[in-house]
Amino acid sequence: MKHAFHRLDAPADLVRVTFRGQVVDLPAGENLAAALLAAGVTVFRNTPVSGAPRAPFCMMGACYDCLVEIDGTTRQACMLEVSEGMVIEPAHGKGADNALG
Amino acid sequence: MRSADLIIVGAGPAGMAAAACAAGKGLSVLLLDEQPRAGGQIYRDVARAWPKRGGLLGKDYAAGLPLVQALDHPGITHITGATVWQIEDGPLVTFTVNGAAQQAQGKRLLIATGALERPMPLPGWTLPGVMTAGAGQILLKQSGMVSDRAVLVGCGPLLYLIGAQMVRAGTPPLALVETQGRGDLLAAMRHVGGALRGWRYMLKGLGMLAELRRAGVARHVAATDIEIAGANRAESVRFRAAGQQHEIGCDTVLLHHGVVPNTQAARSIDIPHEWDSRQRAFVPQRDAWGRSARADVFIAGDGAGIGGAKAAAIAGELAALAIAHDLGALAQGDRDLEARQLRWRLSAELAARPFIDRAYPPFAPALAPADKTIICRCEEVTAGDIRRYAAMGCLGPNQAKAFGRAGMGPCQGRYCGLSVTEILSAAHGQAPDRTGYYRIRPPLKPVTLAELAAMADTPDAAE
Ligand SMILES: Cc1cc2nc3c(=O)[nH]c(=O)nc-3n(C[C@H](O)[C@H](O)[C@H](O)COP(=O)(O)OP(=O)(O)OC[C@H]3O[C@@H](n4cnc5c(N)ncnc54)[C@H](O)[C@@H]3O)c2cc1C
Ligand code: FES
Repeated sequence: MKHAFHRLDAPADLVRVTFRGQVVDLPAGENLAAALLAAGVTVFRNTPVSGAPRAPFCMMGACYDCLVEIDGTTRQACMLEVSEGMVIEPAHGKGADNALG
Repeated sequence: MRSADLIIVGAGPAGMAAAACAAGKGLSVLLLDEQPRAGGQIYRDVARAWPKRGGLLGKDYAAGLPLVQALDHPGITHITGATVWQIEDGPLVTFTVNGAAQQAQGKRLLIATGALERPMPLPGWTLPGVMTAGAGQILLKQSGMVSDRAVLVGCGPLLYLIGAQMVRAGTPPLALVETQGRGDLLAAMRHVGGALRGWRYMLKGLGMLAELRRAGVARHVAATDIEIAGANRAESVRFRAAGQQHEIGCDTVLLHHGVVPNTQAARSIDIPHEWDSRQRAFVPQRDAWGRSARADVFIAGDGAGIGGAKAAAIAGELAALAIAHDLGALAQGDRDLEARQLRWRLSAELAARPFIDRAYPPFAPALAPADKTIICRCEEVTAGDIRRYAAMGCLGPNQAKAFGRAGMGPCQGRYCGLSVTEILSAAHGQAPDRTGYYRIRPPLKPVTLAELAAMADTPDAAE
């Protein structure tokens, strides 16, 4: 499928990361949620309640729909920047497992 | 542990203006924001994005540059990527940077955490591809990304702004589906001096609408029965307008029907809030300087009531003046003299708000969603669930947590709190002030054990 978003400028230096076990090249320092959207990722995770697919909604750290798991820790993709070698998996838990509160 | 005369949470216009003003009076300022760069929502990443994309983002965006530049002051320490998750007496603030928790002790605290977009629960609003209009704008400002097939849904100046910015980026939205009724603008103009006070906004709005029209963007007004359809992602927007049923195929849906104060931080320390019926949201109680019921805690900017970026910056300066006076850095006469001019500008800025609020009211069916519509995105609780709890005797949002899991997910009610208040108020025919809101407790954002361990392991890391 054609990607939903296009970039106005050529992306900066690309670095290699993996998402769902697949190698993807993303611009270093780019917002991680934005970079994944631009790379054509449409579903970031499935909800623990019904399994419904989710993707970034607010891009400002408030909704938690963009949760991913990086090195075993659940993080908000929209609050991170891309760095070389990131191993990214969809978040499986409620976003509060291995977390307090 | 760090210490400073003034700790500010939020580096948007309110927090940035307060930091510069306080530092100018000789106070030491610690400015904390979870974003990687200063600017807040409106001036998001302005220092990097303006040189690249200034032309399409517009002149108002450039107003953020001097605010960001003014942070370069020896009295100001700005920690980026700092998520504040606990505020205690002191004021003592706990935050996480790079996965490690730290603490800071201030003499005064300014909460400048800004606004959130008003939740717009519609059928299908949880599908991938549906975002807030602000999210679409953040992608454009911060990353230079535009959706090729987007439909804008809702109402208000920000919806026109993102539409116009997309036109300038060479990728106009497919359509503008507006929810305000034909009578709303007229009613706003008839509002005491409405047209007079709101004329500048009207002109701006008309200018942006003209840009959209020239770009051939279809515009539908007074839309009803709006829903987003799709299997695993948004595929189309369906609605009724002008007596006809419409369906527009798309990849992205950008929702917006106004912004509301983000009150999480203020609520977590039990600052009293009251319902503002004109803005249809809760606002924290504070005096004309922004001082809350806790004498050492101030609140400024959209987090204290929606006024826009310029009003936010002025309110930030007013709070800084009061704080400088509190701490003996500014004589009362000087404080009042400087404040007089600021207040005059503030009231000019706020004069048009009643006009905007009346011209672009929230979309009524999103305040009282159909039973099947999900309102709590995290726990997938529907409007019908909340009405069922009401029928079983649930009076307020906190009680609702005993019936189901609404508001108990990681977003802690940020995108369902007001919906739950509205639905319970309507069900019981009671005022929102009586219905109340979720009790917010720290941590304001989920915290991992590793973050806490990092604080315990390296007590001096923050020095
Ligand atoms: C997504 C979005 C886009 C907007 N775009 C525009 C626009 O283009 N034009 C316009 O006129 N108005 C816009 N607005 C309205 C806007 O809210 C105000 O005009 C203006 O940004 C308010 O300034 P502020 O300083 O009060 O808050 P903000 O600018 O919102 O700044 C608040 C800051 O607090 C930080 N923060 C919040 N909670 C925490 C925490 N717990 N820990 C650490 N940091 C925290 C946030 O990261 C943010 O940077 C937008 C609003 C939103 C929500
Ligand atoms: S998209 Fe909402 S928290 Fe990341």
